[in-house]
Amino acid sequence: MDLSEINPVLLIASLMVAATPLLLAAIGELVVEKAGVLNLGVEGMMIIGAICGFAITVETGSTLFGFVAAAVGGAVLSLLFVLLTQVALANQVASGLALTLFGLGLSALMGQSYVGVKPPSTPELNIPWLSDLPVVGPILFSHDLVLYFGIGLIAVVWAVLKYTRLGLILRAVGENHDAAHALGYKVIRIRVLAIMFGGACAGLGGAYISLVRVPQWTEGMTAGIGWIALALVVFASWKPWRVLLGAYLFGGITVLQLNLQAAGVAIPVEYLAMSPYIITILVLVILSADKSGAPASLGRIFHASH
Amino acid sequence: MIVLEKRPQPSQAWSLATPIVAVLATMFFGGLLFAALGKNPVESIMTIFWEPLFGEFSFYYRPQLLVKGAPLVLIAIGLSLGFKAGIWNIGAEGQYIMGAIVGAGVGLAFYPLEAWYIFPLMVIGGALGGWAWAMIPAFLKVRFGTNEILVSLMLVYVAEQMLASVSLGLLKNPEGFGFPGSRNFQSYASAYNAELIEGSGMHWGVVAALIAVIFAYVLLNRHMLGFHIRLTGEAPRAARFAGVNPARLILFCLGLAGALAGLAGLFEVSGPSGQITIDFNVGYGFTAIIVAFLGRLHPVGILLAGSLMALTYIGGEIAQSELGLPAAAIQVFQGMLLFFLLAFDLLTNYRLRLALKEVA
Amino acid sequence: MTTPLLRLQGLTKAYPGVVANDTVSFDIGEGEVHALLGENGAGKSTLVKMIYGLVKPDSGTMELRGQPFAPSEPRTARADGIAMVFQHFSLFDALDVAENVALGMENPPAMNDLASRIRDVSETYGLPLDPYRRVGDLSAGERQRVEIIRCLLQDPKLLIMDEPTSVLTPQEVDILFQTLQKLRSEGTSILYISHKLEEIRALCDHATILRLGKNVGECIPSETSARQMAELMVGDTLQTPERGGREFGEIALDISGLSVPSPSEFGTALKNLHLTVRKGEVLGIGGVAGNGQDELLGVLSGEITTDRDAVKLAGQPIGKEGPTARRRMGLLTAPEERLGHAAAPDMSLTENALLTGSVREGLENRGFLKWAEAQGFAKKIIKAFDVRTPGPENAARSLSGGNLQKFVIGREVLQDPDVLVVNQPTWGVDAAAAAAIRQAILDLAAGGAAVVCISQDLDELMEISDSFAALNEGRLSAPRPTTELSVDEIGLMMGGAHGIEVAHV
Repeated sequence: MDLSEINPVLLIASLMVAATPLLLAAIGELVVEKAGVLNLGVEGMMIIGAICGFAITVETGSTLFGFVAAAVGGAVLSLLFVLLTQVALANQVASGLALTLFGLGLSALMGQSYVGVKPPSTPELNIPWLSDLPVVGPILFSHDLVLYFGIGLIAVVWAVLKYTRLGLILRAVGENHDAAHALGYKVIRIRVLAIMFGGACAGLGGAYISLVRVPQWTEGMTAGIGWIALALVVFASWKPWRVLLGAYLFGGITVLQLNLQAAGVAIPVEYLAMSPYIITILVLVILSADKSGAPASLGRIFHASH
Repeated sequence: MIVLEKRPQPSQAWSLATPIVAVLATMFFGGLLFAALGKNPVESIMTIFWEPLFGEFSFYYRPQLLVKGAPLVLIAIGLSLGFKAGIWNIGAEGQYIMGAIVGAGVGLAFYPLEAWYIFPLMVIGGALGGWAWAMIPAFLKVRFGTNEILVSLMLVYVAEQMLASVSLGLLKNPEGFGFPGSRNFQSYASAYNAELIEGSGMHWGVVAALIAVIFAYVLLNRHMLGFHIRLTGEAPRAARFAGVNPARLILFCLGLAGALAGLAGLFEVSGPSGQITIDFNVGYGFTAIIVAFLGRLHPVGILLAGSLMALTYIGGEIAQSELGLPAAAIQVFQGMLLFFLLAFDLLTNYRLRLALKEVA
Repeated sequence: MTTPLLRLQGLTKAYPGVVANDTVSFDIGEGEVHALLGENGAGKSTLVKMIYGLVKPDSGTMELRGQPFAPSEPRTARADGIAMVFQHFSLFDALDVAENVALGMENPPAMNDLASRIRDVSETYGLPLDPYRRVGDLSAGERQRVEIIRCLLQDPKLLIMDEPTSVLTPQEVDILFQTLQKLRSEGTSILYISHKLEEIRALCDHATILRLGKNVGECIPSETSARQMAELMVGDTLQTPERGGREFGEIALDISGLSVPSPSEFGTALKNLHLTVRKGEVLGIGGVAGNGQDELLGVLSGEITTDRDAVKLAGQPIGKEGPTARRRMGLLTAPEERLGHAAAPDMSLTENALLTGSVREGLENRGFLKWAEAQGFAKKIIKAFDVRTPGPENAARSLSGGNLQKFVIGREVLQDPDVLVVNQPTWGVDAAAAAAIRQAILDLAAGGAAVVCISQDLDELMEISDSFAALNEGRLSAPRPTTELSVDEIGLMMGGAHGIEVAHV
């Protein structure tokens, strides 16, 4: 075992990469939950995004098209959830599970011919001088653009929720859909848009795994990150900046355990591999007392009756 | 324009018809999917639904129905009680694995002793293993209010790592030439879950599944506890008003579901699968969620749904070998089934009405 | 004659199985306070929802100042100067006052400007409010102010108020009336919905009376007696419950020094409560909604457990006992919320009879259910309390509010309780059912049971209770004999006007 092989600068740089899929999926789900909808299908939308992004990138050679396709794929799959929960008024928990099971199957089907293929690499930021700085360069200025986009998205979601009328209406719908309806807001329409936004974000997160983090396609490669993203929203008490914090925390744990595996620490590989999941549970336990940020209408079915 | 109108009370007829309509819709859209994959849709559907029951080799496939259906029914029965009460255990796959590990561990600990009590002890071990794994989310929910959906699911991934760990370490066959996996129970008579009737597919797991169905039926329809489970799901406040202790109910529902999933795991690993390997689990814990919903959370419904789902597994395998239909297509097919079921369920509680453009 | 502000002609709206409004026509004049009077279920709410654009009429037309008026959604109605204060507030607990106000406006100004405008308007009309307080922490009266200010900021031509006084103390009602009169003097018309006749006589210029969806008459309230209006509204002469003189027995229920936190986030904690009820006595507990009524019921039903000695039933400490044990000992309760608390909406009446009746009616044997007996009990309730339903196999949600309430009260009364606690026993119930329920409560007390009736309907409490106490912010006033009390005293017991000053008229 040789812990000195672990380079802290590379560790930080790679934890940012590891955190990005989680961050993207979680900020999308945060918006969905703020609108009062619980979509447990994040894992399914992520894996669909992963394969859509991968396939289109391989076919077109353009990672930009790939990421766009991933967002579209995630959003289209989320429309199935819309159909079930907003049109057919089905139970949101069951519908989310259905979405995940379906997404996992569909992605495996779509991805058959892509197993073992290597995608074109995603371009990284390279600013002369800045990117070459020691320590700061690799951490701040040498990542792919999607990573910066993710952080920007957190800022945008935060600002929109806090300062704009759109954000106010979204929060109102999630807080009390009957009152929002009585005031004349289109509850269903706002929720549909939020769900699609969540789907697009999850799709992007999935594509980031298959195109940047891994990068290749294997069945079920999201391996529970969608579920951890759901836990992250609880962890963050529905506050955008805390999503960033939480994602980096989990990213750090993942990267650290991988590094420890590589360094040959005396802990068996399996126990290291299960650590992110166990830590997720621990964090949930510690934070479940604080539900103050939870939207009051979360998971409730809305039907405009007389 | 179509308007939804809430029925004064749930429609009995639609409640029964929904699963059938969902199956038909899935056949239709599944056929379209198979056609899109370049397969003959009618032939594919026939292969999946007809071949295992009445085809040339049905003598081989029919017993398989029991083998595949039993764990699905066993797990789904446990899940359905929780789902009815609004307790969402979606980590049955983990409880299934842990039941198998503990149960198999008990059996292997006695190796090579031959005694009548070994298999019963393994059964108890399997149930306890699954129970204990389910008690983690149950306890955390009761004590800290932690979301049981996320915890039970996270524990699936943990259980999978545990499984990898024991197949490579603790339970590895010392005479296995270094291959991962435990000893095979087929060659250890006292611990083997053999067929009760030769060639029937009938093993102890099938018996347990049938007992579970009857037990759940009596519980839900004849017993106060079952009434409280239903009441909690329908109206939690009314349940508390009626005197239900929510914490005790959570512990009961999750514990029972875990124990049943653990049993399913033990029967599988000591019988059809034969040994603990890294990937002996094939996702029954997740498919059972579909089974529970497709069976409308009703014990008899679950029995039928479990049989149907077993059929798609076996038919899917046939279609895979005969028609080259990808395995994932069957997974999609099963996912679709849950989708249509949830969508058509609307008709149980709502009436669709065509409304002319309203004149204001 | 001048053109009225709003003219309704032949408005009709039907729902499956019920015609909510049947060719309703009337006019609301400029600067007029117009009362819309009717029982629960008479179609008042549907009518105002049509004016506010939430519901589209099946037929009929509306004219606003002579122009055709057909709002497709609340937004257009608001743009035309219609504003509405809802009966069940359309407020968002987790948002602050300013955000709540902004949500009700078409083009709200920036938050800082809005906050200062809220302060201005609230001063002008004597309705003090801090724009940055969280709405969930406000009292019912303050919440209503948020709604009113939200409306006033849009300079409405017509202000619709749906049962505004049901959540106010008598003193707060006075202040509201002064605000409304000031608005009228400024030329704003008000459509005032209520079933409280004295209020309407005090405030309104004109009244339209609805019964079963039809306009059954109009009158000038100040020139019409309450009795005449009541008979128009109910269509029948009213029966007042009979009460015989009773002797009170020994103490049946005793609460002393009870303090518990509320289980819900925006609930009210109970603080140092004392009360005793004797056999044969009806104790009425008044108070504005949200002052601890739900918590008090929970403490008595056993849903909230307390110190062992804080609650005593016939001298036995029961504070730690759950609902089932208390039922066995003879303490029965009926919560306010019928659907979801007192009854499970989607379950049959038989199952709902089983819900509380299993212990005392012997509907189970070692945990195994006796369905035949449960059905028999359900049938007994249906028969004894004249519950209108095809049979006990029907779901609770298929019953009308009044019928379900009769079922819920009947279920407890027929179990022959020693102590019965009811919360809002006639809320949202038609007059005939309400009279039947009150009579059943009085009969039960006459038979020697102790009754605690929690209600926000002061008339009801005056009618049936022997002594009266009021809940205010989780504290209970000392009970006093009902006959000695004046309305003013009751108002003060309920907390008077919560930190409010009289409008500068």
